[in-house]
Amino acid sequence: MHPAYSVIFFTTASGAGLGLLAWLGLGNALELLPKSQWFGFFGVGLAVVLLSAGLMSSTFHLGRPERAWRAFSQWRSSWLSREGVSAVLTYIPTGVLGIGWGIMGITDGAVAVAGVVAAVLAVITIYTTGMIYASLPTIRAWYQPLVPIVYIALGLASGAVLLTLLLAIFEGVPSWAVWLSVAAIAAGFVLKSLYWSTVAGEKRTYTVGAATGLGRFGKVRPLDPPHTMANFVMREMGYEVARKHAEKLRGLVHLLLFVVPAALLLATLVVGSPLTLPLVLLALGSTVVGLVTERWLFFAEAEHVSMLYYGKEAV
Amino acid sequence: MTTLPETTEKKLGLVIDLDICVGCHACATSCKEWNTGGYSAPLSDQEPYGADPHGTWLNRIHSYEVEGEGRSRTVHFPRSCLHCETPACVTVCPTGASYKRAEDGIVLVNPDMCIGCKLCSWACPYGAREYDYAVGVMRKCTLCVDRIYNPHLKEEDRVPSCVRACPTGARHFGDLGDPKSKISKLVKERGGYDLLPDIGYKPVNKYLPPRPRRDAVTNNDAKAKAPIMATDGSRMEKFLAWADKVLTR
Repeated sequence: MHPAYSVIFFTTASGAGLGLLAWLGLGNALELLPKSQWFGFFGVGLAVVLLSAGLMSSTFHLGRPERAWRAFSQWRSSWLSREGVSAVLTYIPTGVLGIGWGIMGITDGAVAVAGVVAAVLAVITIYTTGMIYASLPTIRAWYQPLVPIVYIALGLASGAVLLTLLLAIFEGVPSWAVWLSVAAIAAGFVLKSLYWSTVAGEKRTYTVGAATGLGRFGKVRPLDPPHTMANFVMREMGYEVARKHAEKLRGLVHLLLFVVPAALLLATLVVGSPLTLPLVLLALGSTVVGLVTERWLFFAEAEHVSMLYYGKEAV
Repeated sequence: MTTLPETTEKKLGLVIDLDICVGCHACATSCKEWNTGGYSAPLSDQEPYGADPHGTWLNRIHSYEVEGEGRSRTVHFPRSCLHCETPACVTVCPTGASYKRAEDGIVLVNPDMCIGCKLCSWACPYGAREYDYAVGVMRKCTLCVDRIYNPHLKEEDRVPSCVRACPTGARHFGDLGDPKSKISKLVKERGGYDLLPDIGYKPVNKYLPPRPRRDAVTNNDAKAKAPIMATDGSRMEKFLAWADKVLTR
């Protein structure tokens, strides 16, 4: 599948923003986070900026972005529509949390409840993003129950790294924040590895013989193509990354998204406080590059059934 | 509404005879010609005279080689929307632009509501939907909805453009929901089949398989064994011998 940069940015940025929002809402309700107005202002503000930038970016790949509002209408059947509705609903409790904490300096009562509601909606929104892909039986690598779970895990992991950065900037990083981030990163690692091994173990049951119905007469192979240059279907659905590159890039994801950030964050427990902020910043940088690579691979590795008509033997 | 109708009154669709299709692409070009001026107008092309020409077509003709039992044969394979009974291309649409008509089962895109998110094309296993890069909306076969009910056209023209254009009669149009219809009987008689039934979209369009090889005609060994009418060399006798051979097929 063709990896559209706007969609990669959208899913990673909004995922991290929603992950951060979830930790802020929960952390505030559990009274684990600083009650400072500025912390609330910049924390919730950063989550909102990331979510909004992601949503804006997602309209860039549309043919008719001016009609994007129509996408809220078909939540009964469409996961893409559900995602839009869920994202907009998330803004309501997030607004209460942000205004209450960041502007009025209130962190308890209704503001705390709004934070928990925002956290729940944030996780639901990441789930709907994953389900856009997991609901397509035409793409074996995506039609997996693990897909939305990995989306949630990576959103929460990148959000936890963001939370650690905010804490490092404001009041210093408590050890629970480091352990939370490392646990979220470890969960992401386990789930993503499980996802990759599940997809690798899948049988390629769709064949060119079944796609044309000619398999019963023998081996089917393309003789004359229907067109000389690539059409939309080939451009959109025919993108593929060579296996050897995929393996290298998966290694890079393991390193940059999981190993390096976890190691740097754990290092902050050992070294002195002046080094905490640079270490957390490096961990975030590594997470960003790792996450973008992971999302690029998610698209570039996925094979679409329609390519059976264009020369693939089995998908 | 992108929720699917529970049932449709009719199941209009195409039946494509792979035994007869000669791969001439007339159905594809006439489809392009009709639809670039009809419901889906315009069907844009990009760089039509440049280095990388491509464009929106609703019907594509592949040619495959099928090798089995020590022999190969060429099968021409037209591919377009199958107007499935339970297609995810409709249900994934976030705007309601994609829909399946309750009256006749035709799957359409409303070009005024489509936002061009391309998710429907991802949901189609048959690669039947093509994005219009110039207009920014998705295009697909309309089963020539602007022909088949058009009272301004002559009766014989009220069929999809591809069916009207086919010079060999390899394309049939009708109600596949009515077991008594001509094309339903044809499907039954010839063993018409679904493409990729395991995906579960329940395609309405059916394909008729190529018939078994007629070895008596095409195989040289068989030809040699066929009795040859002795002639006295005159033109009349040669003609009669030829006629005998043709009629024996």
